[in-house]
Amino acid sequence: MEQLAQHFVNALILGGTYALLGIGLTMIFGIMGVVNFTHGELYTFGAYMMFAFVMLLGLNFFASIAVAILLGVALGALIDFTLLRPLRGADIDTTMLVMIGAWIALQNAEQFVWSGIAKSVDTPFPSEPLVIGSVSVAWIRVFVFVAAIALIAATYLLINRTKLGKAMRATFQDPETAALMGIRVQRIYTTTFALGSGLAAAAGALLGPIFVVTPTMGDLAALKAFAIVILGGLGNIVGATIGGFVLAFIEELGAGYISSGYRDAMGFLVIIVILLLRPQGLFAQKERVG
Amino acid sequence: MKYAPAALVVLFLASVPLWLGNLYYLHILITTGIFIIAAMSLNLLLGYTGQLSLGHVAFFGIGAYASALVSIGFDLHITDNYTYVLEPKPIWFAALCGIVAAGICGWLIGKIAFKVRGAYFVITTISFAEVVRLLSLNWLDLTEGPMALNNIPPLSITIPGVIDFTFWSKESNYYVVLIVAVICFILIRRIVHSRAGRAMIALRENEPLAMSVGIDVTRYLVLAAVISAAMAGAAGVLYTHYVRIVDPDIFLFIYTVTMVIMVVTGGKGTLAGPVVGGLIFGILPEVLREYAEPEIQWMIYGALMILVVFWLPQGIVPAVSELWQRVTTRGSPAVETGAAQTGQGSRA
Repeated sequence: MEQLAQHFVNALILGGTYALLGIGLTMIFGIMGVVNFTHGELYTFGAYMMFAFVMLLGLNFFASIAVAILLGVALGALIDFTLLRPLRGADIDTTMLVMIGAWIALQNAEQFVWSGIAKSVDTPFPSEPLVIGSVSVAWIRVFVFVAAIALIAATYLLINRTKLGKAMRATFQDPETAALMGIRVQRIYTTTFALGSGLAAAAGALLGPIFVVTPTMGDLAALKAFAIVILGGLGNIVGATIGGFVLAFIEELGAGYISSGYRDAMGFLVIIVILLLRPQGLFAQKERVG
Repeated sequence: MKYAPAALVVLFLASVPLWLGNLYYLHILITTGIFIIAAMSLNLLLGYTGQLSLGHVAFFGIGAYASALVSIGFDLHITDNYTYVLEPKPIWFAALCGIVAAGICGWLIGKIAFKVRGAYFVITTISFAEVVRLLSLNWLDLTEGPMALNNIPPLSITIPGVIDFTFWSKESNYYVVLIVAVICFILIRRIVHSRAGRAMIALRENEPLAMSVGIDVTRYLVLAAVISAAMAGAAGVLYTHYVRIVDPDIFLFIYTVTMVIMVVTGGKGTLAGPVVGGLIFGILPEVLREYAEPEIQWMIYGALMILVVFWLPQGIVPAVSELWQRVTTRGSPAVETGAAQTGQGSRA
């Protein structure tokens, strides 16, 4: 029972960052129809920016997070501008191949610049954990959870309460009609990709200091993000948020009670089972996938 | 006469070990050949049925692991007091097991994954490959995990009283790979030009239309998946008995990407495409090795892949054959006047 409470708290904290990753990916798919294979690299990029600013330049920890997110947004905008803009309207396989190429190039650029040695990032938080009853949590994890929830909430507000968000939703529903109404669809696409990329970089910047930073850390993150997005239904932001927490719980309980070696396999089994039984995702109302 | 150019190419390839004289180069050609077989098998799915399968390395690895395990034997603890022991089996049987195991997995995944299309299909295939990789990493009883399976015997042919030959040398392995590659090439050619192949191409071009004329889409997709998987398994078998060690890294996603790059660069949906793409991306790393670190090489690959999709979306083989056609038609006067007339017609 004590163990269960601990697993519960761990899963909740992990779920926050998973949800961040999933929302970014699902937004890009929903609005642009792009399967973004560079998502994991943006995550890695965010983590390395934390390392660069905190450890190499000695910038304040919290300021570094903000800078890492902004740089992630900028890199996302650059990718969209150079690679995706010329391919608007191309079929999904073509963009997928280009994104795979970009992923390989980015990952190896990161490996080249930072070398394969794992890097760690110092945090300003006390090393003794927060203990509540039988459950103990490191302060950095508490901070990461709060920050992730804040970012998720900010994304929701942006999409549901601002003019930009309204334009994004309109483009999601019908790009042509949105364009007729005077929405600059090209700009919405770039904004969406940059924003999704920024969320991935944020997840990397938050998780980098908890784990270590390696050039290939993005691979598993990207595959998990795909699992989360499938769980929630492609393009479904609420679904991705819930999916992030669901995957975290499945992983944490699976690792705790079944086998820790297969922790990372849980997500993929979830994908296969979901696609077999309910391919439109757990929360989608209707969508043709076949 | 129709097959003369193809026969010449095969003869040329068969003569390579006689004059190459460098074992290291021969080794590169062998691994390139193995990857070409895998790329050809991927082309059947990606090029002819139009399904982007990104889990293809799983079949390659399953073939490699199955053949290695059957040839060196294993014991599997099923319950505390029952252990299944498999004695080492002859290589030909092990190889067959590898191919069949990969084919069965292809059937299973085909049944599951072809319920969905597009992005969903891609993600399902990636997930499958990743599950298999984690399985090979964690099922220590069977696969030894990261410690790898060692001392895998090389290929051999034994018919008592007739022949007893073990493929120790690089030359003999080269010829095995060449023969298997030629068989796979002919097999794919026959399939593509058969009724089944036409059905596959039809459903690539327009699935609802193909369905409406009575093509059983799922059946042909699964058929393509099984053949493709078995062929990739055969490539894995060749690999495992040539390198003679196999570890979970064989399932890395980067190998799938390598196959995809080979097919897309060479020209998906063409018979020669994977061969041309495979030769380029099999030999290019060795050329680049002298000048660039592996990271730079991979960056170049990624960039090349983007450039190919942008500038040569059909791949090298269709582009070259189109160019060839333009050159040859210019040489023939009858067609030239025809072209001139159309030119006038469009101007008028």
